[in-house]
Amino acid sequence: MLKRTPFHDFHVAAGAKLVEYAGWEMPILYRGIVEEHEQTRNSGSLFDVSHMGRLYFNGKDAQRFLDHVLTRNVAQQKVGQSRYSLVCNESGGVIDDVIVSRDETHWLLVCNASNRERIVRHFEFVRQERGGFDVRMDDRTESTAMVAIQGPKVIDKLSEVLPTDLRSLKRYSFTNDEVMMTRFTVFRSGYTGEDGVEMVLPAKAATMAMKMLDARADHSGATIRPAGLGARDTLRLEAAMPLYGHELGDTIDPLSAGLAWAVDLGGKEFIGAEALREKMAKGIQRRLVGLELEGRRIARQGTPIKKSGEVVGEVTSGTFSPTLQKSIAMAFVDSSIGEGAAVVADLKGTDNPATVVRLPFYKRTAS
Amino acid sequence: MSVPQDLRYLQTHEWHRLDGDTITIGITQIAADELTDITYVSLPKVGTKLTASGRFGEIESVKATSDLYSGVAGTVTEVNAALADNPGLVNSDPYKGGWMLKVRLDNRGDFDKLLPADEYLKKTGH
Repeated sequence: MLKRTPFHDFHVAAGAKLVEYAGWEMPILYRGIVEEHEQTRNSGSLFDVSHMGRLYFNGKDAQRFLDHVLTRNVAQQKVGQSRYSLVCNESGGVIDDVIVSRDETHWLLVCNASNRERIVRHFEFVRQERGGFDVRMDDRTESTAMVAIQGPKVIDKLSEVLPTDLRSLKRYSFTNDEVMMTRFTVFRSGYTGEDGVEMVLPAKAATMAMKMLDARADHSGATIRPAGLGARDTLRLEAAMPLYGHELGDTIDPLSAGLAWAVDLGGKEFIGAEALREKMAKGIQRRLVGLELEGRRIARQGTPIKKSGEVVGEVTSGTFSPTLQKSIAMAFVDSSIGEGAAVVADLKGTDNPATVVRLPFYKRTAS
Repeated sequence: MSVPQDLRYLQTHEWHRLDGDTITIGITQIAADELTDITYVSLPKVGTKLTASGRFGEIESVKATSDLYSGVAGTVTEVNAALADNPGLVNSDPYKGGWMLKVRLDNRGDFDKLLPADEYLKKTGH
């Protein structure tokens, strides 16, 4: 039996096409992936991301515990700040990528839906085996709801309906507020390459929130319209944001994936630090790059990348970019291959020329 | 969901229109909706020989890549060049502007063996 988010009735009423994703019944699209993608780039979209895991931590040693399991130095994090971080295994591979937020009395860690059970088991294991941590973990994924509202017009539009001063909320900051007796947390973050927010609210307030945000699928002129996981994937790919299972995995280290900025190797000890220091000293063998393919064909995950007839890498994600109108992909390639290099993507036996390009493919213009 | 009554179908969602000894092939609206936004259609060259139930090309959308099949044996006489620059025609107008191939039939019998509209809908669960 698939789990349903608190927005399930909304999805059905809005005519969403629902699919299974990580054990949840989720909307892949409402009107069309490209249309929803463009709506996000030009105006605003609302994504139900309630399937993502929401783990709350408190207790005397919560900070010390998180410092032990996360690659980022959370001790330096101030109340009201969020940070992208990784959870690594002892070999330096990635168990999950998460966003950790520090509140007055607790920490909130948002993890991937597909990794939630695994990461909960990992944290329980570390807490028991490593001993001495006075920390409590509370999984509130199913008692809360979460939406991402993304696009250039989102901050202005939400400022009309929320009491919160969103304009002065900095990127990767959050605040708690209340509207009509409902407490919510709003974060200036997202996974689309656009400005916008993510909000966590009580599950039972989901219906009211949708009415307030007026994100109606049938309302073609609306500033904010619902968008599904299909557009979420093409948007994040243009913005070169990693997706677990593609650019990240148990055997992929964050240094190769271009995420060294999210790994504090200097300041502290954490699970995987030793292995990562060793990798750093030896040098990175392969790294994540962007590719632009000639023509309209898409290089999907697993497509071999070749140079002078030799396989030099493999595609992790690919799509036809609605914004650039080009076939784009991310791939791990030998670290000797630099920007501007000409390579070929082996599309089921057909060599399709491609060029190594700088990531991200899309960057929003400063507002 | 309904499909044109005068066409014949494969369970893999290709439609076939008979006109003299020529068959026109495309995919149904049901398939186009399922694929979502189509970004690329790979078609054979004019003169290519097709076999009944043989693969003739490939269609890609932002979501997936699928093979395309011909229900009849014959020779490709024309391909829809408009799809190279505007593959979205398959989404917006699958039975007219989004046609893919014209094929000169080897055996008229091939067409008669294809699925009528109601059987196609039944077999694909619509």
